[in-house]
Amino acid sequence: DFDSLNERHTLPSSEKRTFDHWPTQEDPFPGPAPIPVNRLQKFKRKEKMLNKPRGRKVRLRDMITRSEEASKMAQKQAARFDLLLPEDAGFLEGDEGEDTCTISQQDIADAVDITSGTKYFNLKLSQFGPYHVDYSKTGRHLLLGGRRGHVACIDWPSKELMCEINVMESVNDVKWLHSEDMFAVAQKKWLYIYDSNGIELHCIRKFNDVLRMTFLPYHFLLATASATSFLQYLDVSVGKEVAAFSTKTGRLDVMCQNPHNAIVHLGHHNGTVTLWSPNQKEALVKMLCHQGGVRSVAVDKTGTYMVTSGMDKKLKVYDIRAFKPFKSYFLPAGASCLSLSQRGLLSAATGDVVQVYRDVWSTPVNKPYMAHRTRGAVWGLHFCPFEDVLGIGHGDGFTSILVPGAGEPNFDGLDANPYRSTKQRQEWEVKALLEKIQPELISLNPTDLGEVDQVSFKQRHQERVEALGFDPLEKEKFVPKYKKKGRSSAGGIERRKKQVAHEDQRDEIRKTVEDKMKMEKEQKEREKKKAALFVNKSALDRFKK
Amino acid sequence: MKVKVLSRNPDDYVRETQYDIQRVPRNYDPSLHPFEVPREYARALNATKLERVFAKPFLASLDGHRDGVHCLAKHRTSLSTLLSGSCDGQVKVWNLTERFVRGNSCSFLWNLLLHGKEEEPLNTILGKTVFTGLDHHQKEGVFATCGQQVDIWDEQRSSPIRSFTWGVDSFSSVRFNPVETELLASCGSDRSVVLYDMRESTPLRKVIMKMRTNTVCWNPMEAYYFTSANEDYNLYTYDMRHLDKPVMVHMDHVSAVLDVDYSPTGREFVSASFDKTIRIFPKNAGHSREVYHTKRMQHVICVKWSSDNKYVLSGSDEMNIRLWKANAAEKLGVLSPRERQATNYNQKLKEKFQYHPQIRRIARHRHLPKNIYHQAKELRVMKAARHRKESNVRKHSKPGTVPLVAEKEKHVVTVVK
Repeated sequence: DFDSLNERHTLPSSEKRTFDHWPTQEDPFPGPAPIPVNRLQKFKRKEKMLNKPRGRKVRLRDMITRSEEASKMAQKQAARFDLLLPEDAGFLEGDEGEDTCTISQQDIADAVDITSGTKYFNLKLSQFGPYHVDYSKTGRHLLLGGRRGHVACIDWPSKELMCEINVMESVNDVKWLHSEDMFAVAQKKWLYIYDSNGIELHCIRKFNDVLRMTFLPYHFLLATASATSFLQYLDVSVGKEVAAFSTKTGRLDVMCQNPHNAIVHLGHHNGTVTLWSPNQKEALVKMLCHQGGVRSVAVDKTGTYMVTSGMDKKLKVYDIRAFKPFKSYFLPAGASCLSLSQRGLLSAATGDVVQVYRDVWSTPVNKPYMAHRTRGAVWGLHFCPFEDVLGIGHGDGFTSILVPGAGEPNFDGLDANPYRSTKQRQEWEVKALLEKIQPELISLNPTDLGEVDQVSFKQRHQERVEALGFDPLEKEKFVPKYKKKGRSSAGGIERRKKQVAHEDQRDEIRKTVEDKMKMEKEQKEREKKKAALFVNKSALDRFKK
Repeated sequence: MKVKVLSRNPDDYVRETQYDIQRVPRNYDPSLHPFEVPREYARALNATKLERVFAKPFLASLDGHRDGVHCLAKHRTSLSTLLSGSCDGQVKVWNLTERFVRGNSCSFLWNLLLHGKEEEPLNTILGKTVFTGLDHHQKEGVFATCGQQVDIWDEQRSSPIRSFTWGVDSFSSVRFNPVETELLASCGSDRSVVLYDMRESTPLRKVIMKMRTNTVCWNPMEAYYFTSANEDYNLYTYDMRHLDKPVMVHMDHVSAVLDVDYSPTGREFVSASFDKTIRIFPKNAGHSREVYHTKRMQHVICVKWSSDNKYVLSGSDEMNIRLWKANAAEKLGVLSPRERQATNYNQKLKEKFQYHPQIRRIARHRHLPKNIYHQAKELRVMKAARHRKESNVRKHSKPGTVPLVAEKEKHVVTVVK
C-alpha cells in the first residue's frame, strides 16, 4: 500500500548511500591498449635526439621536443591502424615429411579457390622467341615482349588483351612507364614508346642500342643501359634526357634499381657492381661482388639487401646500407635471372628451372621454397606486385605460377591501387606529376634533405667570425649575479664561479672520455679483424701476395 | 599441405554503385611510401608557389572623404563599423560590409571618440589648448587627451580630473593599456615616450630615444609590451619594466613610421609609413613578413587591424581608406572540411621546410615599387659602410677602447624616472 511504498524510499540514515558516483570497480585493463613493440618499430623514422641544445636556446629545444612528441603520437596512431588491415599474407606449408619444393603448381591450383587457380596459366607463344616480362606498378597489367618483335599488353586477371603488335624488329627489353597508358620498348636500334592501344608515340633516336631499362616511378625517370656502355636517364613527363654517362665498362646487360633511394645498380663482366645516380658522372660506389661476371642483381624494397648472382655459380647477399657482404650461397647451376618479391621471396632461374627461396638474408637457406620447370629457357622473371604470382618469360611463351606469400597483402589506395577506376587513375596521375621528385635529389641516402646542413653552417659561421672580428656563438663568460642583503661576499662569488667552472670541466672530461672509449672500441674491432685474418700462420705466408 | 594464396574479393575494393564514393583502403607502412622527405619537399615547394599565386590582399577602397584621412577608430564590439576622420574635420561612420557611409558630420578638427549614433555630437568640450590625441579607457567612462599636457577626463565632467606634465611642450599621441587598464603611454615631442599610471599624480617614467616617436600601441595580449613607431624608419617594442633597451627593433621601412596597431592575437602588428607602404611584422622578429602597397596609395597616415584578426584598414593621404586581408593568400568565407584540411596541411608543410634555401627564397619574395626598392638598397649600403668603418676602427685600436654596442642599445638615449 501507499504508506509502505513511501517508507521504503526513506532509508535509515546509517544505511543511506550517496549516489554521487556509481560503485567503482577496478578496471582490469587500465589505460590505452598496448601496442606490440615490433609493430611500433615498423613505423619509427628516427631515434630521439640525445643531446638537445641546452642553455639559452629554449625555443629551439621546445620545438624539437614538440615535434618529437607529435612524431611519437603519429607513430602510435599508425601502429594502431595496422590492426585494421583487411588481408593476410599467403602461406604454403607442407605436411609432415613433405617438402614444399616438391609440391607442383597444379596441386596448388587445385587446392585453392577458383579465382586464385586461374592465376596459374600458361601462354604458349613459341613463334616469336623468348619473352621479356614486366608487370605495371599496380600489378594489374602485364607486358610481354618477344625477341622477334611480338609485343602484347594484357590485363591478366581478366585475361583481357589490351594491345598486341609486332614491331618488326628485335626487341631487347620492354618496360611499363608510370601507368598502364604507356610503355617503352627497346628495339634493335632505338627506343620506342607506345600507347596501350599499340600506337607508336615516340621514337627516341638519342637512346640507341638499349639493352636493359628500369623505371623510377617517383621521379618519372626511365634509366636505360646500352650495349655501347652508356647509361642514360629520360624524364618521361617532360620528354627530356636528364643525364647520359659513358660508363666505359663494356656492354651493360645487367641492371636493376634500388626502390628505396632510386639508385641504379649495374652489373659488369668483371664481377663488379656499380651504383649510379644522375647527378654524378662517375659511379657512386663500385663493389667487387663475384669472381666471374655478374649475371643478375636484385635489391629488396626497403633498400637494405642486394642479391647478386654470378658466373662463379654463387648467390651473394650484401647489406647495401653498409656495403658489406652478408651471406653467400653456392648454386650448382648458377642463376641467370633474379627477382625479389615485396615480402622478400627470391626467385632464381637457371635454364628452364625456376626456384623460389624464402628468407635468403635472415636464416641460412639450404633448399628452395618452391620450384617449377618451364618449357623453354627462362628469359625474364618478375613478381607481380600485390599478388602471390610470379611471371616467367621463357622461350616457349609466358607462364604465371602461384607463389603463396610473395605479394604484399594490403595495398595503399592512394599509391598503387589495382582496383582503381579511370577517374581515380587520372587524379592519381596529376598528383604524382605534381609531387615528382627532381633528379638532383637522388642520392644514396634519400633523407638527405631532412638533415641539418652542417657544412654550409660552418662555412657561414667562419665568414661571420672574420667579418665581426670575434665569435658571436662563443660562450659568454659567467658573471655571477650580485645578491643583496649582504649575501654577495667575495668568497660567495668565488664559490659560485668555481661551481660553474667545475661543471664545464666535467662536461669536457665526459666528452673526452667518450671520444676515447669510441677510439678504443674501434681499435679493438680492427685488431679482432686482423686476428681473424691471420688465424693460420705458416711460413708460406710470406709468399702470399 | 596447407596453402593460402592471396585472393581479394573485388566487392570489398570496388564501389557498389556509381552514386557511392570510391573505396580507398590505406596502408601506412613506410616501405610502401618511399621518398617521404623529397616528396614532402616537392609538395612544400608547390604550396609556397601557390601561396604567392593566390596572394591578392587588396579587397576594397572606401571612397568619400574630401581630404586626407587622418585617423581611424574601431568599434569595440561591432566588426562592421569603422569611424574615420579626415584633415578637413569630416567624421564618417562606415558600414564595412556594404562599404557605405552610415553617418556624416562636419566639425572642427577634433579626434575621434566613440559616441552615439546621431548626427549631432552628444557633448562638446572646449579645451584651453589644441588636442592632438585621444584615447578611451577600456571599461570606465574615462578618456585621456593629449596636446600640451596629458589630461584624464571623466565623461560627465567638463574639466580634466587629472593632468600630467613633464616639461614637454607637446604630445602627439596617447594610448591606454588594454590589459592593465590603469596604465597609459604617450609620445612627446622631446623624442620621449612617457608612461603614466592613472591612479598616481605624476608620470611613472620616460625613455628618450634618438628620434621622435609618432605613435605607440600596447600589445593586447601581453600587458607590459608596447610598440612605438619612430621617425628613424624603425619600430621599437619595449618591455615597460625595462625601458633601457628595447626588446626588439623592427627595421624594414624606408621612411618615417606614422602609425602602428596590434592584431587582436597580440602576435603581429601592422605599421603605416610615410613611404607609401604598410608592413606587417611578427612581434618577435626584426623584419616584416608582408608589405602592401599600391600605385594609388600615397602616404599612409593611419592603420588599424580589425578585431577579427582578418583585415587591415589603412587611411592615407589621398582621401581613401583601403581594406586589405591580413593573410594575403587566405581564402575568405566558409571553407569545406577538405579545403580546410588541405590548407592546414600546406601550412604545416611550409612551416616544416621554411628554412630550405629555395623555399625561403620564394616565400620571402615580394614586389616593391622601384623607388622603395632602391631606397632600401641604399640604406643597406649605408648601414654596411658604417658597420665596416666601425669594425675597422675597432680592429686598429687598442682592444677595449672601442666597445661593441648591440644594435638594440644604440637607439635609446636615457631613461628618466
